[in-house]
Order: sequence, then C-alpha cells, then structure tokens
Amino acid sequence: MSTPLIETRHLKKYFSTPAGPLHAVDDVSISIQRGQTLGVVGESGCGKSTMGRTILRLIEATDGEVLYNGENILKYNRRQMQEMRKKMQIIFQDPYSSLNPRMSVADIIAEPMKVCKTLPDNKQIYARVNELMEIVGLAKRFVNAYPHELDGGRRQRIGIARALALNPEFIVCDEPVSALDVSIQAQILNLLMDLQDNMGLTYMFVTHDLSVVKHISNEIAVMYLGQCVEKAPADELFRDPLHPYTQALLSAVPKPSLRDRSALQNVIKGEVSNPVNPKPGCRFAPRCAHACEKCTCQDLELKECGPNHFVACALVNQDKI
Amino acid sequence: MKKDVQAERAVNELEVKKRGQLSYIWFRFRKNKLAMLGLILLAVMALICITAPLYLSYEDDVVTQHVMEKFTKPFSAGHILGTDHYGRDMFARIVYGGRISLTMGFAIVALSLLIGGTIGAIAGYYGGVVDNILMRIMDVLLALPQILMAMAIVAVLGTDIKNLLIAMTIANIPKFARIVRSAILQIQGQEYIEAAKACGTKDPRIILRHILPNAIGPIVVQATLQIAQSIISLAALSFIGLGVQSPQPEWGTMLSEGKQDMMLYPFVVIEPGLAIMLAVLSFNLMGDGLRDALDPKLKN
Repeated sequence: MSTPLIETRHLKKYFSTPAGPLHAVDDVSISIQRGQTLGVVGESGCGKSTMGRTILRLIEATDGEVLYNGENILKYNRRQMQEMRKKMQIIFQDPYSSLNPRMSVADIIAEPMKVCKTLPDNKQIYARVNELMEIVGLAKRFVNAYPHELDGGRRQRIGIARALALNPEFIVCDEPVSALDVSIQAQILNLLMDLQDNMGLTYMFVTHDLSVVKHISNEIAVMYLGQCVEKAPADELFRDPLHPYTQALLSAVPKPSLRDRSALQNVIKGEVSNPVNPKPGCRFAPRCAHACEKCTCQDLELKECGPNHFVACALVNQDKI
Repeated sequence: MKKDVQAERAVNELEVKKRGQLSYIWFRFRKNKLAMLGLILLAVMALICITAPLYLSYEDDVVTQHVMEKFTKPFSAGHILGTDHYGRDMFARIVYGGRISLTMGFAIVALSLLIGGTIGAIAGYYGGVVDNILMRIMDVLLALPQILMAMAIVAVLGTDIKNLLIAMTIANIPKFARIVRSAILQIQGQEYIEAAKACGTKDPRIILRHILPNAIGPIVVQATLQIAQSIISLAALSFIGLGVQSPQPEWGTMLSEGKQDMMLYPFVVIEPGLAIMLAVLSFNLMGDGLRDALDPKLKN
C-alpha cells in the first residue's frame, strides 16, 4: 500500500484535571489513504472531536505522532505549520457558532486567503470567493449577508466554502450534519461527496450517526473512551461487527420495519466509565456482557482478524462471540 | 438616502464586491433618533469649544475680572449667560471649561482603553499565570476608590493638567482591563476562533479581527459611560481644589466657585451643572446608539 495521506501513531491527548489526567484520546493509531474517507464513530465524549482537532494541531497532542505524507507534523515549527495549515482544514458541527457574526459571508470565506496570502490582491480574492460560493451552491445575493440572516444549511455551506478556500487536501469534518435538518443533511452530505470526487479530497468524518457514516465512508473506526476498538472497511463493519461495543452500537440503529420491532435488542447497560485515570484493560469491559478476567488484566492492542479488519478485543478469534 | 443604500445593495448582489462595514454602521446608527440627538449635541458642543478662540479672547473674557459687572443676570446684553462673582462672562468660561472637560474626558478614556484594553486582551487570551499576575494587579488598583486614587496620585505628582490625566487614566485602566478580558473569555470558546486558528491566523489578528469586533458592544458602552464619568470625576476633583486651578475655568471649578453665591444667584451653579449634564447625557445616548449600530444582528 502507498503512504497514507494521514496517519496517527499512538496518538495521545490527556487533559489535566484536578482529579488526574483525563484520557481524551488514548493511543490511537489510524491511517487514511489519499482520496478516501475515514468515518470515526462513537458516543458523546469518546474523544472523536478531540482526535480531529489534535490531528490538525488545534490542540497539542500529549504524545504520539501525526504523519502527513509520512512526515511527523507534530514536530513542525510555527512556519512549517503555517504552510501545513493550507493543506488541512476543518468543518465544524455547529454552523451557528462556527461563523463570526460580525463578518459578512464574503469576508468569512475570504479570511483564510487573506491570512495565508495565497492570492495577491483583494480583487482576485473576491473573485475566488465568488467561485467558491458557486461551488458550494450559495447564491451570489448572499455575498453581503451576515450569517444570522441565513439558515443552517446555507451557513454550513459557508463553513465548507471557507474550508475549501485554501485548496486543502485533507478536511476533518466534525459532525458537519448533526446540527441540520434531515432534508438538509442529505444535501450537505451529497455536496461533500461531490467535492471529494471533483477535488480528490481526503476526509476524516467524525459523527455519531451510523447511517451517515455508512453512506459516506470507505473505512470506519469505532471509538470508545478515547481508544479505537474496531476498524474495518465500511461494508465489512456493518456486515460483520466483531467488537461487542460495535455490535451494540449497530443494533441500536432504528430499523424501519414492523417485523423487527419486537426483536430483542442488544442494549448496553450502565454508563461510560470515567475517562480520568482509566483502569488498564478493555475500557468497555465494565459494560460488556462477555467480559472475563482476560479483558481487564492488560491493555489490548488492535489485532488484524480479517483483510483490513482490526479489532481490540481479547475474546475475538476464540469462538466465544 | 435610504433608497440609495438599498439600490446600492441591489447592484452589489450582481457581483462580488465588498461593502464597507462603516457605511453599514452609519446606516444603522442614523435610524436611532436619540443617538443622533446625542451625536448632534456633542458635535455642536465640540464645534463651539473648538472655535472658541475665534470669537472669545481668553485674556479678556475668561480671566480678567470686571468687578463692576458682577452677577449680571443671564440674557442681558453682552452676557448671554450672565457673569460670575468677578464679573467674568459665564458663557466664555463654560466654553473654555468645556475645552478642558471634553478633551480630558476623551483623552482619559482613550488612554485607559488602550492600556487597559491591551492588558485585558493579553490576560484573557493567554490565561494562566499571565492572567493571574495582570488581573491581581488590576484588583489592587480596583480596590481603591477611583477618586481617592486620583487624589493620591495628584497629591504626589502635583496639581497639573498632565498629572490629572495620568491619575485619572490609571484609575480607569482596571475597568477596561476587566471588561475586555471578560469579553475575550466569553468569545474565545466559539468555534469561529478555532476556524481562524485552523488556517494559521496569528494571535494579534485573531484578537483584533475576530474577538474584539464581537466584544465591541460592552466596550463601547463602557467607554462612552466612562467619558461621562471622567467628566464628572474631573469636575469633582476640581471642585475640591485638586483639579484645574483658578482662574483657569473648568466646569467643576466653576461649580466650586459658585457655591457661596448659590442661594442668591443660582444661575452661577446651574449653568456649569447643565453643561456637565448635557455632555454626559449626549455621550450616554451616543454610546447606546453606537452599541446597537455595531451589532449586525440588530440591523433590521
């Protein structure tokens, strides 16, 4: 396989809290090939967004490496990072707080180009703004509008146009559709997929919505309490989930079928354990129906148990699940 | 004019062209009648004060005593606002006093906003130890009543306009530091700040372009209120004899000098009092309007 565009190796981000280090991202190693989409799923607070921000160095990692085309960008200095930032961008979850309310639409989209000085003068910058607005499907009459005058979908399009302004290669999509109406979700997802086809973008798509992630991803990584517990190609994961957490997650997807309504669901009991100073072993063990002493004695690594299918579970391959 | 703006907007819809923020702000400000009243009052006052040397002589009208003409009633020939206990023209003294009061009010706030704002911005943006050190210093300054501190500083440095400016500025710094810091803390968590960081925006640009415009409302209101407050404090300092010294006129000094004759000739205190009130009122009205005009969400 060629060098992945983005790769993390043992990436860790601990936040210091009065109670001790909070393991937001704990030893995550993932990789994304150029032009592909990695979906990252998991429940609230499992460190998905933190991981996205750590990769972009919006939050400094505690330990580990982030490789971009094989180079560790965590070692980059300020100036190298400035260059790097043109290649990686982020689309935010909340289209209401991610746009500066005091700037007009044109200014918001123009801002990255002004900061990075990619274009020589204002005339060219605003010509490019015009072009970007067309690409993301924003009518020209909104040029002088302010974000509060527009609806969620249009605001998210502004966010996308801003992310595209520097011609990035890699975009972290941090739950870009979860704050939108369902009808608009589809529009934005299709827009993101079209952009990927046309521009060869690479996405890391963070979400908790499984149907969205199935639709858009090539590969999916499932996270639980800061760790990646299973990673597989999208179809494979949905066909044959191996980790008990993934199985539970998938069974929680509502099925639009009357026949299945009484089917017994594999509902997880209990609550997410505390991410501050977690116990060694599988983080999911306290809630797992299959847990045994093997699960809690040592930290588990991702093991390959099929083509490109990795899982961190002590019981897989033992015919127990 | 309104139609022009709309027509211009319609034209702009056809092409990508940036419209100046200032014209929008002015457009919104004009709709606020009270704010416009404040602005016009201030403009008139400023104009009268600035052009005063053209029609009034400082030596003859303001300082020289004409004891024969003392306590001339207002609206009499030659003295539209009457004369004080030395027979000096009240109008001339109020106008020349205004030159000091208005400039000082403005200078005090501008200086303390600049210094205090910078301190607050640094403290709020970088947080941690920097924040702690800076804000504890501000707390110490804030612990002393403003006027007491100004008095102490003037007492040490000597009564002089320049020292007054320094004293009042120092007394005002912590207020602006606090307000700018809290505004920055509030806005810093927003995702558009993160978006700005994601494309490598440097800290000063983030503060100036993304944070401050969103914090401008409370800052502007505080600034205009503080100009008013400074005019009053200055008058108070002069009233107790630590500010502008006689025979130089200042609104507070005039109040102070007039207080003995207040019962018989009330106009000698009413007139400078009205001048203070008018200036303070128009600054407050304008500040209110400015806050609304600076917020695009209230555009319609």
